[in-house]
Formats: sequence, C-alpha cells, structure tokens
Amino acid sequence: MTLNTVWFIFIGILYTGFFVLEGFDFGVGILLPFLSKNDLQRRTIINTIGPHWDGNEVWLITAGGATFAAFPHWYATFFSGFYLPLFLILIGLIIRGVAFEFRGKDDNPLWRSLWDWCICVGSLLPTILFPIAFSNLVRGIPIDAKMQYVGGFFNLLNPFAILASLAVTLLFILHGASFLSLKTTGEIEQKVKSLVRWLWLLVVLILIIFLITSFIVTDITDRLSVLSIVFPVVAVAAILAAGYFLRKGQFGRVFLMTCLTVAFFVFTIFAFLYPRVIVSSLNPDWSLTIQNAASSPYTLKLMTTVTLIFLPIVMIYQGWTYWIFRKRVSGDPKNLTY
Amino acid sequence: MDVLLLARLQFAITIIYHFFFVPLTLGLSIVVAIFETIYVTSGNEVYKRMTKFWGKLFLINFAIGVVTGIVQEFQFGMAWSEYSRYVGDIFGAPLAIEALVAFFVESTFLGVWVFGWDKLSKGLHAAVMWLVALSSTVSAMWILIANAFMQHPVGYQINNGRAELTDFSQVIFNRVFTTHFPHVISAGLTTAAFFVLGISAYHLVRKNEPDFFRKSFRIAIVVGLIGTVLVGIMGHLQGQLMLEIQPTKLAAMEAVRHNEDPAGLSLLTIQSRDGKTDIVDIRIPYLLSIMLYNRPSGGVQGMNELQAEYEQKYGPGDYIPSVLLAYLSFRAMVGIGLLLIAVTLLAIYVDVKNLFVKFAWFLKLLPWMIILPYLANTTGWILTETGREPWIVYGLLTMEAGVSKAVTSGMLLTSLIGFILVYGLLVVATLYLMFKFAKAGPEPNEVIQVVEELTPSLVNTVESE
Repeated sequence: MTLNTVWFIFIGILYTGFFVLEGFDFGVGILLPFLSKNDLQRRTIINTIGPHWDGNEVWLITAGGATFAAFPHWYATFFSGFYLPLFLILIGLIIRGVAFEFRGKDDNPLWRSLWDWCICVGSLLPTILFPIAFSNLVRGIPIDAKMQYVGGFFNLLNPFAILASLAVTLLFILHGASFLSLKTTGEIEQKVKSLVRWLWLLVVLILIIFLITSFIVTDITDRLSVLSIVFPVVAVAAILAAGYFLRKGQFGRVFLMTCLTVAFFVFTIFAFLYPRVIVSSLNPDWSLTIQNAASSPYTLKLMTTVTLIFLPIVMIYQGWTYWIFRKRVSGDPKNLTY
Repeated sequence: MDVLLLARLQFAITIIYHFFFVPLTLGLSIVVAIFETIYVTSGNEVYKRMTKFWGKLFLINFAIGVVTGIVQEFQFGMAWSEYSRYVGDIFGAPLAIEALVAFFVESTFLGVWVFGWDKLSKGLHAAVMWLVALSSTVSAMWILIANAFMQHPVGYQINNGRAELTDFSQVIFNRVFTTHFPHVISAGLTTAAFFVLGISAYHLVRKNEPDFFRKSFRIAIVVGLIGTVLVGIMGHLQGQLMLEIQPTKLAAMEAVRHNEDPAGLSLLTIQSRDGKTDIVDIRIPYLLSIMLYNRPSGGVQGMNELQAEYEQKYGPGDYIPSVLLAYLSFRAMVGIGLLLIAVTLLAIYVDVKNLFVKFAWFLKLLPWMIILPYLANTTGWILTETGREPWIVYGLLTMEAGVSKAVTSGMLLTSLIGFILVYGLLVVATLYLMFKFAKAGPEPNEVIQVVEELTPSLVNTVESE
C-alpha cells in the first residue's frame, strides 16, 4: 500500500471519528429545545454531552489539518470551493461552542433560551451542510484543469446533495437520541426512547433510498470494488440490527449500531471516492486524486510516523473519558455542571 | 472591493480577535494549575476556592478562544487556497501535529477537569489541569512553528511549483520560532498576571476576602515578574534577528530612509503624506545600533536601498511594509512592555512591605491596567504580520499570489460581515460574564454556604419571638 493510500485511509478515519462522535452530540443539540419542558431538563440534556463535545470536535480540526498536510490541493480546492457552506458551518460551531459554556452562567430566562437556540441551530448547520459538501465531492463538481472550483453556490444544492443532507440529519438525530436514551433518566429517557422507536423506521427508509440513489448518481457502477459494496451493505445491516435491539429494549446495543451505521456510511463515501478525493464533473482527468493532490513523500512519511504514534493515544484517553462519565445524568441540580 | 483586500481584512480581524483571548488562556491555565497544585499539596481550602474562581474566568475566556481558533484553521483553505497549495507540504504538518498532539489533549482533558471534580482524586484532577495548561503551550508552539516559516522560510526546496519540505528539524528549530515562542508564552504569563493582579486589587481595595485576594496577588506578582522580564529579553533578541532576516520590517519600524551606520533610534519621525520625505526626524544617536549590535556601531539598511535591492532580486513591486503601522505598533508594544515591568516591580514592593493601605491609589489603578498586556499583544502581532508585507511567505510568495481564486468578493464580503456581527455579539456576552464574575468575587466556601442556608430559619425564629 502506498503512503498516499494510507493517508486517504487516515483522513477517512479522522472524518469517521468526527461524524460518529460529534454526530451524536450534534443530534443531542438539535433535539435540545424539542425534548425538554423546563430549564432543569435542558440542563440535564446539555450535561450528557458536556464533558465530550469539545474533544469530539477536535476530530474535525484534525481531519482539516491532516488534509492540509497530506493533500494540500484537496484542502485548498475543497475549502475554497465550498466557501459559503464552510462559513456557515464555522458560524454554527462558534455559536454552539460558546453556548455550552455561557448558557448556565446567568439565570435570565432570555439569556438561557438564546443560548439554547444557539446550541440547536449551531448543531443543525454543520449537520445539514457537511453531507452537502461530501455528497458533492463524490458526485462531482465543476473542477477545471487547474484544480479550481468553477461552479457557484447553488451548484452545490442539487437533489442528490439535499437527499444526503436529509438522510444524515435524520441519522444524527436518531444517533443523538439513542445516546440520550443511555444517559438520561425518567421523563426524558421515556420521551427519547419513544422518539428512537418511530424515528428508526424513517432513517432505515431514507438511508436505503440514499444508498440506492448514490449507485445511480455517481460513477461507482463503472468502477465497483468489493469495499464499495460491502460498506453500504454493512451500514444497512447495522441500522436494521438497531431495529432488532430496539424491539428487545437493548438501548446500549442500539447506540452501538447507530455508531456503526454512521461509521460505515462515511466509509461508503470514501470507498466511492477512492482513488479520487474530489471528482470533477467537467473531465475525469481533472479530478483531484490521492496522487495529484498529495504532499511530497517526505512529508507523508513524517506525518505517518506522527499519526501512528499519537492517534492510538488519543483513542485511548478519549475512551477513558467516556468510561469516567459513563453514568446516567440524573436531573438533580447538585450534580449538574453546566 | 477587491478579493485580496477583503481576504486580508477578514484574516486581520479574525486573527486579532482570536489572539485577544489566547494569551490569557496560555497564562491563566498555568496559574490555575499552580493554585490547584498548592491546594492538593497543602490541603488549604482557600486554594481550592482560588482554583474554582480563577478557573471559572479561565473557562469563559477559553471557550471564545477555542471557537475562534477553528476559523483560523479553515480560513487558510477557504480564503488563501493558493497559499495553501504552495506551502501545504510544509505548513500543513505543524497544523496537523498541533491538532493531533496538543489540541486533542487540551479539549478532551478540559472536559474532564470541568466535569470531573467529584469523579477524580484530588491529585489526578490537578494533574489534568496541568495537562490542559501544557497542551495549550504545546499548541502555541506548533502554531508558532508554522508562523515562523512564513516569517523566515527554511528547510524547503522549490519543486513542482511549490515549496516542499526537505528538513523538518530546520522547520522546527527555525530561529524565528525559538525566539518567538518564549516571547509569546511570557506574554501570556504577563497577561494572566495583570488579569489576576487587577481583579485582586479591585477586591483588596474593597476589603473583600482579603486573604483570598492577597494570596492571589502574591502568586500573580511572581508570574508577572517572570513574564514581563522574559518578554523583554526575548523581544530584544527578536529585534536582533530581524536585522538579519527581515530588514524591510526593521527599516519600516524605525522609518530608516537611507543606510545608516551607526543608526539612531527614532524618537519622533513624521513623514510627508507621500512617504518620500521626512518632515520631522528626531533620533537618539547610536541607540538603534546599540540595541541591535550591543555596541555603538553597526549598520541598518534604509528603505530606499532595500527597495532597490529587492526590485533587482524579485522584480518590480513595493517591498516596504506600512511604515505607519510598524512604527506605531512597535512603540506601543515596547512602551507598554517597559511600563508593565515598572508596575510589576511596584506591585512587588507593595506586597513585600505590606503597603496595601498606603498604596490604595495604586490598587485602584491596577484593574485598569488589565487592558495593557492585551494592547501590547495585539500591537506586537500587528508589527509581526503587517511588517511582512508584501510577502505572505517572506521572500517566496506574495499575498496577492496566495489568495483564493475560486472565491469572489461577494462571498468574502458576506463572511466578513457575518464574522463581524457574530464576533461583535460574542465579545459583548464575554465581557458581560467576565465583569459579572470578576466583580462578584469567589463563591462563599462550603462552611459559609451551610450557614447561609440556615439563616432564613434563624431569621424566622427571631421574628416569631
């Protein structure tokens, strides 16, 4: 395996980490105003993701930085071509991150409700926009011979992208709800569990529709590989298994399955892309690939060493934090931090 | 408006805003870790309350620093994509390593620190704060390594129309970085010291929790002494390095028109509007040479000669950065820096001799001085960054060549207005919370809290009698 392929996989892993982890805290954020009756319930919901959301978000920062280091042209074309969506994602991440910290620091109901909506909208914006970006990378966008994006903003809002956006938004809400079902008690727990039950079927349907559409819309049928079939099949199997565990009332396993669904969903995108990183809709030869978008072998080697040492360490200590905060968050104000 | 101007404006506004919060994060995380360590080793509850009080202010500041930092990492690709293509092979590595090695630790363990008071042992909890503090420092380290390459590119070769990495150790041990890093960290310590001094003084004047704030004050003066002295020494070394690697920045900073040997330090220089002649030019003879060479002789290149030399080397263009910005920002930074050393020494005197009552005027002034390190931090960066004009990577790539091609001025205007609005509202919220909690002082300790809960019933008993 060449280092370019290794780095394609690393970037895939980093985005997977981001979508699996931040996916549920986005989902929880979106649900915040709709699941709660009073301030105490809102605080409880926020506290379930309180210790984790910031660490989860670093997966995105690292994915961005790693793309910059390993595939500078991918980073440059992607980030400049998707300028406005990324700007809105940034605004979302900004207002949401500050909201977690600021919300509980004043008792004024208006102040709290302002930040509640910042958490909700700030979670919703990246949830909606990331799939629009990624689905366009796979489907193809107008990239010229000089690796420049030459389409406009509305070029990105095609039906396939909107379908992807809808599918991922529902999936993240389900993912967030199944996380909440493990971390809350009493009224919220009951509400969330019934939400998971009816949302599940919707997610199954839209996910299958999306995956079938993706085989039609992209060029994958011309270049099928084992993984490009196995990954979507596992994603569907996982979401179906979630339904099975749901019936048996095993919510821990439901959450595990939504994690797997998100992960294999991202794997599918990357399998469809490989060995391209951005598909050009103008000319296949103008697509950015793991070869023409990459850094020099020296940089790739250096970054491989650093990543092989530090990424496993990150996984270990992040895992440790989930272990420390494994208990359910009860609605007792004494135990609430935010 | 043109894309380059808007992209520069947006970068300037977002990075100045971001770095307004970063130094306090760097310095205060260490100060809070020191407080918590004293609490763990001494068992004295007042240090726990200090950890919590200063920790709360730290968290408000940290939140805004983090979210505005994300913007920076995205912005290179969004608005400066041609720059990203050109230097990604080198510049991307420190950014990625920063995220992987430092930012992950910082963010993950800060969550543990905030939520883990009852879940970890005392010692482990303090160790977690040290992890947060050290990873903030390491984070700054990698960012400054990246910035050093823009100031003084080393360890690269031009291949395939871009700069490619040839020697990573040269990039890491870039001399700009090795002098700049301690400068920035000590500026962070200075910022934190004056933050703690100012708020402590505010409460000491009001005789509010004297023990708590005397202890805070004492640690802050130690941190302040280390910070202000080190920042000055490192700044001096940076100036000497500038002579060698960025002569255009130095010439602009001192408004040196022609080659001079020995060179005088400008006391007041006023140029004509077109910048071609000096209306007023008062200099302290020899001083600039002494500062740069540690002896009363030594040449400084003038702007005219440099412009001619660079034109010959790089072709037609304007190679002299904004004299006004460089000249004023340098003087503001150094002036404030010297003032802060004096204030720190006076604060030490007041503390050691226990003259808090006699020097009440000084305590009343200290809260106002919190802003001074911020101004020095900001003007320092304005000098560093605008002094590189017209280069985005000194001597290699101009800013004009680095800006994105796929981005229109309409897009940039949209995002610029968006950032200004959101950042504007956020700074209001941040200042509101900062003032609120800083003025309120520490929360009553647990013993007092119990008494307060009992008070209403006591009052009732008294009333019924």
